Amino acid sequence: MSNQSREFDVSSLREESPAEFERYEFREPPRYVFAADRREFVGALGAGLVILVSPQGAQAQREGRQARREERLADRLHVGVDGVVTVFTSKVEVGQGARTQITQAAAEELRLPMEQIRLVMADTASCPDDGGTAGSRTTPSTIPRVRNACAAARARLVEFAAAKLHAETSEVQYDGGAFSVPSGAATTLGDLAADRKLIEALQAPPAADVEIRSVDSWQVLGAPAPKVGAVAIVTGRHRYPSDVQVQGMVYGKVLRPASYGATLKDADLAPAKAMDGVTAVRDGNFVGCTAPTSWRAAQAVEAIAATATWDRPPHLHSDRLYEHLQNTAKAEGGGRRGEGRQWGDWQAALAAARKRLQSTYRVAYIQHAPMEPRAAVAQWQDGRLTVWTGTQQPARVHSELQNAFRLEATDVRVIVPDTGGGFGGKHTGEAAVEAARLAKAAGKPTSLRWTREEEFTWAYFRPAGVIEIDAALDESGRLTAWDVTNINSGGSAIDSPYQSASGRTRVLAADAPLRQGSYRALASTANNFAREAAMDELAELANVDPLDFRLAHLGPGRLRDVLVAATDRFDWRSRRAAGRSAGVACGTEKGSFVAACVEAAVVNNTIRVTSICQAYECGAIQNPKNLLSQVQGCIMMGLGGALREEIRFADGQIVNPSFSSYQVPRMDDLPDLDVVLLNRQDLPSVGAGETPIIAVAPALAGAVFAATGKRRRSLPLQI
Amino acid sequence: MASTFTIRVNGRQHAVVTDADRPLLDVLREDLGLTGTKFGCGEGACRACTVILDGQATQSCITTMATAADAEIETIEGLASGDQLHPVQQAFIDQSGMQCGYCVPGQIMSATALLREDPHATREKIIDAMTGNLCRCCNYGNILAAVEQAAARE
Ligand code: FES
Ligand code: FES
Repeated sequence: MSNQSREFDVSSLREESPAEFERYEFREPPRYVFAADRREFVGALGAGLVILVSPQGAQAQREGRQARREERLADRLHVGVDGVVTVFTSKVEVGQGARTQITQAAAEELRLPMEQIRLVMADTASCPDDGGTAGSRTTPSTIPRVRNACAAARARLVEFAAAKLHAETSEVQYDGGAFSVPSGAATTLGDLAADRKLIEALQAPPAADVEIRSVDSWQVLGAPAPKVGAVAIVTGRHRYPSDVQVQGMVYGKVLRPASYGATLKDADLAPAKAMDGVTAVRDGNFVGCTAPTSWRAAQAVEAIAATATWDRPPHLHSDRLYEHLQNTAKAEGGGRRGEGRQWGDWQAALAAARKRLQSTYRVAYIQHAPMEPRAAVAQWQDGRLTVWTGTQQPARVHSELQNAFRLEATDVRVIVPDTGGGFGGKHTGEAAVEAARLAKAAGKPTSLRWTREEEFTWAYFRPAGVIEIDAALDESGRLTAWDVTNINSGGSAIDSPYQSASGRTRVLAADAPLRQGSYRALASTANNFAREAAMDELAELANVDPLDFRLAHLGPGRLRDVLVAATDRFDWRSRRAAGRSAGVACGTEKGSFVAACVEAAVVNNTIRVTSICQAYECGAIQNPKNLLSQVQGCIMMGLGGALREEIRFADGQIVNPSFSSYQVPRMDDLPDLDVVLLNRQDLPSVGAGETPIIAVAPALAGAVFAATGKRRRSLPLQI
Repeated sequence: MASTFTIRVNGRQHAVVTDADRPLLDVLREDLGLTGTKFGCGEGACRACTVILDGQATQSCITTMATAADAEIETIEGLASGDQLHPVQQAFIDQSGMQCGYCVPGQIMSATALLREDPHATREKIIDAMTGNLCRCCNYGNILAAVEQAAARE
């Protein structure tokens, strides 16, 4: 199979089914159940949507993935009379660079400069459903789909130009939006767009045999294209979800429960209602206010809170978290199917071990804490609802709104402006639902932005976990058994890449005290930490250098390649020989490969990371500039969870719900960062926004062991 | 209790009727529509809301209207002259100083205040001045490179 066709293997189109999401994707009941309102049931088909490429656009959305393969070009792109091509996708930009990379992909196949591509992202009224932005799927799944459509459109445009210029299709020269034929006649994209017949020409689905540009002749992909929209960001002009302002808008605020699980017994809205311009509403357990300013809205909710009485159930203290997870671990059901497996006679191998390691590792609850908290602006017009909000899952938020307010699908529109960070933390629509309920009460468009404390308390967390590893070595220092059990934090990357004659992997659910969900690389950070930390301990038992022990258990391949690349560049052997405190780790997840070397010192009981060298490989690099930035960001974000980040809770409240008490990485944490990107142009490109985070914590643990002689088996690493 | 305050923002005078203890950040965003200045924490701990107030990088979320009154305030919207970006803004583009970009207005205002005082600030001084500006995309390497570029040029 050639490279090209591999990139468009139809199986890649199936990978975004909900079953492919991590197990922490939400299957929880809605937070609020609003009372029914008879008028809501009268559907009002009125004013059209601002951008509607074709009437079938919304239809395709409702039919979900099934419709995708019959996707019509008109649903994917629109050619303007100004020669600008507008491309549509449901993917969102949360800083990972999707906007730039999809623009590159479209420009590549349409043979246009990037400036002539306008990308409309995540507007449920106009964008085909490419799924949510999760699981590093944009690069391997959406980019091929966009390239395919754009390549098909280019072929159609050439045919159309040929007819117009009275020439054969094969005679048409096309590049950069200009068509010419041997007779000297010429036309442009803009001219073609002015021809109404073009619309029909773009109706049919793309041909199956459409040709996309192969990697070795990429012009736009593969280049370090600068970020699209950068000027609007540095000038403050870009409107993030929390910056959206519409005519007549008021500001909203919601009353939060006194603690987790608390139910409202009583609250007096009167003191809020007495305030100037304030609307207060209670609907079931939902209480909120709107006011002309967010300041006043907060005061109004505080006034209600002062009168509120609650039933507060007991709630676990974070000091007892890990024993609680172990005590409540269930025999089954912690992972997706296929995550639990056994091979060889691991029990016999453990019993016959020459040396045996039994270690328990822990990872704390941590928070995404995106710089922009959850925010939404909701506007009702004639019973139809438009919400601008920051979410990674516009289609899911669309259905949350539809269900909460009992609306027809066509009466809800969700728009996601490029958002201030996600990291897996914005898969839900709380702010959208709340803003919409408040807007309804106020009869005015309403803006709602969560406070930092709300974000730290009422969003969700990367699950804490306990990981037990039981492993055996034979007399030659080879692994003979590998038994790993993850309690509560999930199954990604639980499969060890190291050779072992026997083993077992298990993923167990437990009674989780906090609302837990996705996170950048989610469970793979935990499983990779435990496995790599255990490999260090086993290397010590075998009396072998940690790098050599890994290499001895790795076959040839991409993981070995990054491990060698990182340790060579870092000069692992000379640093170790010189007695420097260095650690190494590697891992693979979502089809890409990473290895990190870390040097660190422990001074006054504080870990100081001095240098990190990381090698990373994700197939053919589509944008080296963006990739480098993602890898560096992942390393630094991973340091946060390795060094300090830990959510603590007591009495149903978060103890450290602020940036002053929950300490994320800062500029002065920056070590010498050396990143090696391996460009495998012979392999399909995969997503790189997550996997580069998984190696830094265990490599740091190795460095800390080298510095102190003590093993740390918890994240964050405790000194 | 609402009173009238006069603030000068990016060279323009505004009269605002509001509470004396209301944060400057809210007034900039909600009353003046200047949404370039961002909310990140509201407690002075992230500096997403940094503006330059009488020459000093200042967290507008913990600056009350009473304090801001009669001061000279610069926000991210006032930095470029027409289409001509300020060198610090250009440096953030050149060095990929942004991922989601939400922290960037605050980063740029902090860096601008620093470089006005110390146009060739050393790396050490830059880190010292900028380390309170959080970036959750953790794009610190590129942000540092951007400020260093601007420090060499200005
Ligand atoms: S919003 Fe002002 S310091 Fe965080
Ligand atoms: S670029 Fe996203 S917070 Fe800094």
